[in-house]
Amino acid sequence: MSIDWLVPAILTIVTAATPLVFAAVGETVVEKAGVLNLGVEGMMIMGAIAAFATAVSTGSEVLAILAGAAAGLLLSLIFGVLCVYLQSNQVATGLALTIFGLGLSALIGHSYVGATFDGLAKLDIPGVSDIPTIGPLIFGHDVLVYLSVISVALVAWFLNSTRAGLLVRAVGENHDAAHSIGYSVMLVRMGAILFGGAMAGIGGAYLSVAYTPLWVENMTAGRGWIALALVVFASWKPWRAFFGAYLFGGITIIQLYAQGMGVEVSAQFLSMLPYLATILVLVVISRDSAKARLNAPACLGKNFHVSG
Amino acid sequence: MLIRLEQRPEASNIMVYVSPLIAVVLTILTAMIMFGALGVDPAKAIETFFIEPVSTLDGVAELLVKATPLVLIGVGLSLGFQANVWNIGAEGQLVIGALAGGGLALAFYGQSSTLLVPAMLVCGVIGGMAWAAIPAWMKTRFNTNEILTSLMLTYVGLLVLSYLVHGPWKDPEGQNFPESRLFHDSALLPILIDETRLNVGWLLALFVVVLGWILMSRHIIGFQIKVIGMAPMAGAFAGFKENRLIWITLLISGGCAGLAGVIELSGAIGQIVPSISPGYGFTAIIVAFLGRLHPVGVLFAGLLMALTYLGGDSAQITMNLPNAVTGVFQGMLLFFLLASDVLIRYRVRFGPPRVKAEAAE
Repeated sequence: MSIDWLVPAILTIVTAATPLVFAAVGETVVEKAGVLNLGVEGMMIMGAIAAFATAVSTGSEVLAILAGAAAGLLLSLIFGVLCVYLQSNQVATGLALTIFGLGLSALIGHSYVGATFDGLAKLDIPGVSDIPTIGPLIFGHDVLVYLSVISVALVAWFLNSTRAGLLVRAVGENHDAAHSIGYSVMLVRMGAILFGGAMAGIGGAYLSVAYTPLWVENMTAGRGWIALALVVFASWKPWRAFFGAYLFGGITIIQLYAQGMGVEVSAQFLSMLPYLATILVLVVISRDSAKARLNAPACLGKNFHVSG
Repeated sequence: MLIRLEQRPEASNIMVYVSPLIAVVLTILTAMIMFGALGVDPAKAIETFFIEPVSTLDGVAELLVKATPLVLIGVGLSLGFQANVWNIGAEGQLVIGALAGGGLALAFYGQSSTLLVPAMLVCGVIGGMAWAAIPAWMKTRFNTNEILTSLMLTYVGLLVLSYLVHGPWKDPEGQNFPESRLFHDSALLPILIDETRLNVGWLLALFVVVLGWILMSRHIIGFQIKVIGMAPMAGAFAGFKENRLIWITLLISGGCAGLAGVIELSGAIGQIVPSISPGYGFTAIIVAFLGRLHPVGVLFAGLLMALTYLGGDSAQITMNLPNAVTGVFQGMLLFFLLASDVLIRYRVRFGPPRVKAEAAE
């Protein structure tokens, strides 16, 4: 197997995995705080359209990414107010977020169909990025790829090694205990939800400014749901979610390369692979129910009210 | 805090019914503000959205055509939701049901048997059930989250549809459009009102509403669903088998979705096209909640949501607004509903909390 083929393949895996990394790591924090936000898909698609619209109208990549984060954050704010303060059912509210996000993004994106811009630039350090093989693999990505790796490291460190991270986990494991020793369960959860929203927004932004710099209605195509599955797959551990995302990135590109190499399978069947892989992974992970229960935050999906 | 929520001693029965009305009013008010922001006269927009589409007989017929799949799927989903079984993949079950029924229509193309339509309906139900059986089996056998599996299967189902209309089932005389051939007359559901698309499917939907109502209020299964949903431990002590209820609720909701799919195909569309449903399977989730997970409530909620589809089309035609407005409307409605549902179990109090009597003892 020639190495010329391998480098672009790995680069494609990276771009396919990065949006999943952002969304999955954000959702990991949310779920560690005991909240199940099923609206990742909706937050991602809003991030995608907000970033794309900003990129087209201002030309600024930085503003575009910030707009994506802000859109995800705003949507998660609705979710947070409903679930944390108004005690609404988390499953139903998350679904509402996805339905609303898909609708609103289509409405906003209506006038951006067909618009284009250059897309997020790849890092290009003179001399270093030109080194064969290693250059493009280590120094040839766009800035968000590096940011995604850094965010995983930061979140892992935050959850495992800081006092605030411990508080987030405590709230997720036993909200009554956390409340009784004087912590504000609601504030912690709001913070986690907003962080998850912003991360999902950046993941969506990556799709529309770097992965394919154009706007297509429904362009997240279930990636938000795959990110949710990744969190379960990773047993709520950030680095495992990271590797899971790369695994899925790998599956996503099999379809591109299989077609390129002339494999006689319909495009539709190849496109099913990520979804089928998600199902398979979920089955393998969940079959040991005792272990699954041990890893999941004990208060996941349960609402907290002072009087309750 | 000056405004706070205080838990009611008992859930309010009145609020269960008032809450959807509050949500509808708030949605319409917000929509008017939104239309104003888009530079459209709000009063005119509301008229175009909610009144114009149903001002003709044809419009009313079209409303019922669109309400048919929503009511059918909504009734099925509401059973599962009451038992805390979250079937989110009704859209996929709808597609597979439609393909099972539609495939039969293509296989017996040109044969004028009166049994073809009933056989298609049965195939549709079986197709939807089969697709819902996969998450049911995984949930009961491997403890896999049914939300994620049923949703992933929706994407797979849509790709199966895409494969079939682009490949084996494409109309041989169709100038390469990704569509099947038009169904033969004997594969079409009888029309109820001439010159409209209103078909027997609507009567089937009403029939399913009645069946759902009987199941939930008169049958032991309905009782078990409610108990398992509200108090799983109590259900387990009473000897109710949770796995059995997971199977039952998923099969019923999948069957309803499959039936909706085949009705849509043989009643409203008349051939297999790449996009069979504009997201009925997802909208039906809102219908189920708005209808208070009660079959009769689902009927009314289904009609209202069908109106938002018509309104979106009408706003697109007369006011040049993108019909994605429909999705925004639907999402907003569910948000407001979930928010006002807080009033069922809590009441809003102003002023600082009073010291509870038992705390003083």
